[in-house]
Amino acid sequence: MAMMHALRALNGIVLRELYRFVHQRERFASALVRPLVWLFIFAAGFRSTLGVAISPPYETYILYEEYITPGLLGMIQLFNGMQSSLSMVYDREMGSMKTLLVSPLPRWFLLTSKLVAGVFVSVLQVYAFLVVAWFYGVEAPLFGYLTVLPALLLSGLMLGALGLLLSSWIRQLENFAGVMNFVIFPTFFLSTALYPLWKLQESSEFLTALAAYNPFSQAVEMIRFALYGQFNGYASAFTGVALALCLVLAILGYNPSKGMLHRKG
Amino acid sequence: MNSYPEVALSVANVSFAYGTRRALDRVSFDVPKGRCTFLLGPNGAGKSTLFSLITRLYESRDGQIRIDGFDLRRESCEALSRLGVVFQQPTLDLDLSVEQNLRYHASLHGLGRREARSRIQEELERQSMFERRQERVRQLNGGHRRRVEIARALLHRPGCLLLDEPTVGLDVPSREAIVAYIHGLCVEQRVAVLWATHLIDEIEPEDGLVVLHRGIVGAHGTLREVLDEIDAPDVADAFRRLTRDP
Repeated sequence: MAMMHALRALNGIVLRELYRFVHQRERFASALVRPLVWLFIFAAGFRSTLGVAISPPYETYILYEEYITPGLLGMIQLFNGMQSSLSMVYDREMGSMKTLLVSPLPRWFLLTSKLVAGVFVSVLQVYAFLVVAWFYGVEAPLFGYLTVLPALLLSGLMLGALGLLLSSWIRQLENFAGVMNFVIFPTFFLSTALYPLWKLQESSEFLTALAAYNPFSQAVEMIRFALYGQFNGYASAFTGVALALCLVLAILGYNPSKGMLHRKG
Repeated sequence: MNSYPEVALSVANVSFAYGTRRALDRVSFDVPKGRCTFLLGPNGAGKSTLFSLITRLYESRDGQIRIDGFDLRRESCEALSRLGVVFQQPTLDLDLSVEQNLRYHASLHGLGRREARSRIQEELERQSMFERRQERVRQLNGGHRRRVEIARALLHRPGCLLLDEPTVGLDVPSREAIVAYIHGLCVEQRVAVLWATHLIDEIEPEDGLVVLHRGIVGAHGTLREVLDEIDAPDVADAFRRLTRDP
């Protein structure tokens, strides 16, 4: 694979995803409105009922809005990852996925490029949300907006790879709706996005264990620390391993001799 | 490397099964350069499966497919770089412009910006679509979309062009324009074309013909040769006889 060819292809795949994103304004609006509803309404309502004690990376008492902001960043990327996989299932049903897969590049490279393109879009969405949140009064340290970028890239890749994995094993769009319910909601609610682990521990040890080993929890914690200029090694490593696992399984799923594309009727 | 200079696409002893159901059974034929070869067969004959194998959407361990001499299994990138495809389903991105769709394809084939621009202009002018390059694909009618797809498939100058029922759903003038254009392409640029269709009036006497029935090649040669061989008066009669169930 020639390096120049690969870079041009990656550039083309990312540009296509950005063009599509720009043309689909309602997709951008819904990606922004969803977390804002949680921030403006849900967080405001729960501010008084959920007390959050001082725990790293926070050095003082914080409002609930501030606590759930990293979780909402993760939520944007989770939805974006699922949206990408949904569009891949759609593309496969409609045929446009074929134009990508018959390109003269290794399939793992094409799928990874598609993943990277999705992450670019999700990072744009996250920063748009952070700007609105800043005006609302949820402010992270200024350098945090820079240090959070690598964390967003890693978490975006991991959640995108999870979506890619799902898309490789889902045959039809109708089946996708169920998976969204069985994946997005449990992943989001069984995590540290809305409440810290110790809070969950008060209710159930079992749920706490599930939340602790939920890769989405670790991605959210990685983002939380990075937004305050700190590095959470365990969460980053956990997210990295989850990314590798999902990506390898997704590439296997799209392998012409082994995976999903091979089965029919 | 290229050891079959006159054969652009070679399919040799290819078999494929979905589970226990055999879709293709030792299929063999060649598509020579400069000729339009039509793939005929009733629904369920295995045409779509064969196209999926040639485009490497599926992979078969039985038999061999070579494109411009490159083994599709072992040298897949080299082989696919010499293949242009127009799928049966429209595969353009409706929300992007004609030019954006073509640029995307050019980037997947590693064409640089300048080269891509000049080839896009060249191919779109050939299809009389250059003036409409800024329009969104959604605004084009079916015939124009097909023209854009053909321009896209030829952008990287493939030696072999696969067409999977590209004229289905088009009006008569659009169909005739595509048939004439593709035949001209074979003569002028020596492109090899494999064309799956149900519309037998698109075939000319010197075109190649592969008749597929129940996953088996029933006849292979030029249309004239096949008609002589089975003593049929026309392609419709030949097709009926070759696809008759016992």
